[in-house]
Amino acid sequence: MTTLSDPPKPGFRPSQLIYDTRYRSMTIQTVAFILLMAAIFWLVSNTIENLNALGKDFNFGFLGQPAGYDINQRLIEYDSQASHGRAALVGILNTLLVAVLGCVAATIVGVIAGVLRLSKNWIVSRLMSVYVEGFRNVPLLLWIVLIFAVFNESTPQPRDFRGEDPAASMIFGDTVAITNRGTYVPEPLFSNGLGDVDVKPGWIFSDLYFAISIDLAAIVLTIIASILLIRLINQRAHRIQDATGVRPTTWWVNLLVFFVPVGLLLWYLGFHLGYPELQGFNFSGGTHIRNSLMALWLALTLYTGAFIAEIVRGGILAINKGQTEAAFALGLRPSKTMNLVILPQAMRVIIPPLISQYLNLTKNSSLAIAVGYMDVRATLGGITINQTGRELEGMLLLGLFYLILSLLISGGMNIYNNSVKLKER
Amino acid sequence: MKKSVILGALTVAGLAAGAASAATLDDVRARGKLNCGVTTGLTGFAAPDANGVWEGFDVGMCRAVAAAVLGDATAVEFVPTTGQTRFTALASGEVDMLARNTTWTFSRDVDLKFEFTGVNYYDGQGFIVPRSLGVSSAKDLDGATVCIQTGTTTELNLADFFRANNISYEPVPIETNAEGQQLYLAGSCDTYTTDASGLAATRATFENPGDHVILPEIISKEPLGPLVRHGDNEWGDIVRWTLNALVTAEELGVTSANVAELAAGPTGNPEVNRLLGTEGELGAMLGLEADWAVKAIAAGGNYGELFETNIGENTPIGLARGLNAQWTEGGLIYSPPFR
Amino acid sequence: MSTTDLSYVRTEMLPQQEPPLAEKGVFKWMRENLFSSWINGLLTIASLVVIYVVISTLAPWLLNSVWDANSLTECRDILAEQGLDSHGGACFAVLGDRWHQLVFGYYPSELYWRPALALVIFLAGLAPVLFTGLPRKMLILTALVPFVAFWLLWGGSIWLPVSVALGFVVGFLALKFLTPIVGTLAGTILIFVLPILYWLFVAGPLASGLASAVPIEIQFVESRAFGGFMLSAVIGLSAIVLSLPLGILLALARQSNLPIIKYSSVTFIEVIRGIPLIVWLFTAQLLLNYFLPPGTNFDLTLRVIIMVTFFSSAYIAEVIRGGLAALPKGQYEGADSLGLNYWQSMQLIVLPQALKISIPGIVNTFIGLFKDTTLVVFIGLFDPLGIASAVRATTDWNGVYWELFIFIGLMFFIACFSMGRYSLFLEKKLQREHR
Repeated sequence: MTTLSDPPKPGFRPSQLIYDTRYRSMTIQTVAFILLMAAIFWLVSNTIENLNALGKDFNFGFLGQPAGYDINQRLIEYDSQASHGRAALVGILNTLLVAVLGCVAATIVGVIAGVLRLSKNWIVSRLMSVYVEGFRNVPLLLWIVLIFAVFNESTPQPRDFRGEDPAASMIFGDTVAITNRGTYVPEPLFSNGLGDVDVKPGWIFSDLYFAISIDLAAIVLTIIASILLIRLINQRAHRIQDATGVRPTTWWVNLLVFFVPVGLLLWYLGFHLGYPELQGFNFSGGTHIRNSLMALWLALTLYTGAFIAEIVRGGILAINKGQTEAAFALGLRPSKTMNLVILPQAMRVIIPPLISQYLNLTKNSSLAIAVGYMDVRATLGGITINQTGRELEGMLLLGLFYLILSLLISGGMNIYNNSVKLKER
Repeated sequence: MKKSVILGALTVAGLAAGAASAATLDDVRARGKLNCGVTTGLTGFAAPDANGVWEGFDVGMCRAVAAAVLGDATAVEFVPTTGQTRFTALASGEVDMLARNTTWTFSRDVDLKFEFTGVNYYDGQGFIVPRSLGVSSAKDLDGATVCIQTGTTTELNLADFFRANNISYEPVPIETNAEGQQLYLAGSCDTYTTDASGLAATRATFENPGDHVILPEIISKEPLGPLVRHGDNEWGDIVRWTLNALVTAEELGVTSANVAELAAGPTGNPEVNRLLGTEGELGAMLGLEADWAVKAIAAGGNYGELFETNIGENTPIGLARGLNAQWTEGGLIYSPPFR
Repeated sequence: MSTTDLSYVRTEMLPQQEPPLAEKGVFKWMRENLFSSWINGLLTIASLVVIYVVISTLAPWLLNSVWDANSLTECRDILAEQGLDSHGGACFAVLGDRWHQLVFGYYPSELYWRPALALVIFLAGLAPVLFTGLPRKMLILTALVPFVAFWLLWGGSIWLPVSVALGFVVGFLALKFLTPIVGTLAGTILIFVLPILYWLFVAGPLASGLASAVPIEIQFVESRAFGGFMLSAVIGLSAIVLSLPLGILLALARQSNLPIIKYSSVTFIEVIRGIPLIVWLFTAQLLLNYFLPPGTNFDLTLRVIIMVTFFSSAYIAEVIRGGLAALPKGQYEGADSLGLNYWQSMQLIVLPQALKISIPGIVNTFIGLFKDTTLVVFIGLFDPLGIASAVRATTDWNGVYWELFIFIGLMFFIACFSMGRYSLFLEKKLQREHR
């Protein structure tokens, strides 16, 4: 009479791997992992086989060989006898330069355009709409090429500045020259300069060396010290205000503390400006901002600015009108309303997409190829690969650089997002 | 086998360009088309016309090889490549041969693993300047702004030249010849430097060619020639001897006009007979038809004809034969004998 | 007592007075909209100056344009006859001479109807997806569109797209008939495995067999002949269509609770999104061949389409992840409480809603992608900008810049602006529906 069936035996049966949810996730993951590894193995073995067939090896030794080519814009010392690694470094700095300049300028342009697009002024808001839609809906590459062409075709050549009755002349009292090769602006010079100090952390990478100007370092340190002092003064003023109800006047002390030390330092260093002068084929002296940089910078700024304008507009529109009215009801002045009520809330909406625009701008700076700006794609990913035939290694390093840069930017965004997240129940 | 499984479907469509196996000749025959890498557009050497038909000196070389191998000068797929993409296109098998103003250098031959099959144009790097600049020598260019195509040997030569002469310059890197021309004409650079033939071709398209001079200094040797991958000697031989056939044809007076007539029967000149396949078995040795050279010559003419119709003195480009005259006329163009 | 007619109360209304001049019509509008404060006044004047400068520079150039000439020299001669210098007027004649290349590249001119028809068919296939009012059965036609479009564009034998399409039928049959027999899990595996086996081993021979038995074919066109806006559209559209399934899978994987699957998906998405498209294009050009078995070699256009598909799938995955996250949690819980398994709940409850919310985002991704297709010029493909350079490389049109740029920019603007408006309209509509 065994009508009762046995209870299921405890213990493990292979079918549990498929039908028991406790084990199924393990099974699925193991299978996925094996498939993934197999795919990676397949790619790697193909690559090795292909490299063997071509008689190439995989090594980064080429980074130490002399590059042999010149780079026009360099933020650190470089000549054609320096190594490919050094050339890559020059390119990386150029990429970072245009990215930072572009982000700053695009933010300014974007905020202004976004606010003006909401303006009640009919003509201004229409004009801003034309700007925003025009830049958003036409490929960036076309804008870069177009702006570069405008720079080249519509500005005078250096030799137009020559002669008795020159066709072109310098502006701002003969201090700035705008030519179709770039803009020359005065450069800061120090007649009693303290010189440079060479930094060479050779243990990282033998081509990593650069010079830090002591003058510049001294100025930056002085400014930081002044700012710290000003904060101390303001804190003291707060304390006095809290204690007595009367706030001491601090603005002129602050101004003095800010400007006097820097002024004294500049005077001690013998600060003066070096003006550009026409010599031979080109201007010499002054700082040369090349047209490739100007065109790329301007195009990136205007293009990204159009997107930022939409983000800013959206952010402002997203704030409920009741917030403003409530702030007025509390008796806050319009400026305080903006600073204490509207902006902190709008920022939460604006900043995340803004940072992803910064990310886009940084990646888009690789379009430097269209104007011959020597960024990292042009040096490491372009000429170096072409001269050495090391496309696998070169592209790998290039991809790694952009990836790390992007991860840093989006990491910054995540930290910010967490810090301003609404604290929910 | 693996390839045919994975790309089975695609190969049928002709989308997969097939395998770059050891035997390029078989691939080309199976495909029925020669994939030939050319420049993205340099007047006289390779540029598509209004109907998209490619024309030029390098194009003529591709057509001659196609005619020799496939018997059809139009069975060529022209693959435009930039200075930066050309070598990968060849190494990866995307093109069967490269005829793109490419300089024969040690490192390209040995390190990049290519085989240059000869020289079809002896060139050198020169400078073009506006006449109004008043420069008569490249050594006067101290401090000048120089437009230069990136990814080329000219870029390295330029650095060497200015370094050797201890003068400074400002390089403006550009991607294609068209960009270089635009910047030069706008005055964004004082001078544009590339192969002298390219300069002549570029100058020919200017509104006022007379306003520009090519400086007398030639700062480098730039032997330009077609190239193929390392490791397929049979294919390399075909490209090499097609070029030699065109050169020999000019030397022997065989032109596209009279080639059919000369090939009709043995002539009095045994070398002509061997070249045109009416005597001996040279074609079979290459693995081609006996009349391979006849087709190659009929495609666009012999070396001299190709030169004259595309870049010669009667074209807008107006290059003199100079170094590229036959050795019998004091030039360097010289083919080993057909024997 | 006599009544008098005199009355001290006005019996009829006074006619309304004209408002003061500053408070009516144009003046009022101007005062309120243009000069409401001195800052606004300044802005207005500045804007007017900008508009005047732009118009005064461009207008004469545009008005004096030459539309009929065979070369730039001829065009400049015509301008000279009118007493203008060579930059006094635009030479739009280049468009008349070369518009077909800007639009179709080097596609054979007698076959222009094929890409045009492919576009029409594509748009028709899109209709059931975009307009929910149409009958659902039409979606089957939509599924056929990619194959028809492929056949029209590249040509060749009809049996190739047919035999590839049959692979999906194999998968569908497996779903319909095998799943009830072998069980859900094995069925799910078979749905994926059977079509892949079919494509690898059967499709190729089947297509060539059918092609030799019943040859139905139209002229084959090499992808090298594709160019201009047609190339941009082909790359952009095929990448977006192909990346949708991949993007959905990636988005689901990223939401998964299984760590290995989740982190593989996160890595893939972040690596793709962290590196600029141009680097990926150079990878397609320089490196893709290294990763494939020795001897394989495809067409560059196809390599680019594959690479751009991967690229856009990462972006689409993020858009769809947004859609998945926007669904109320109750929807997931409701599906679970009904006892649906993972794939059923995704297929029947979650994805239909999430995808609907994601359509505006997908359209925006497509706009970005379509603009980015111009980058293929750097690897030697003839996109509109590449064609523009090729046009300039000929002796006839050497030196024509602005006219070509303006034309290309205008075409992109029209396409992207209208798509952008459509996505905005969808967003508004979705907002209304969700209220």
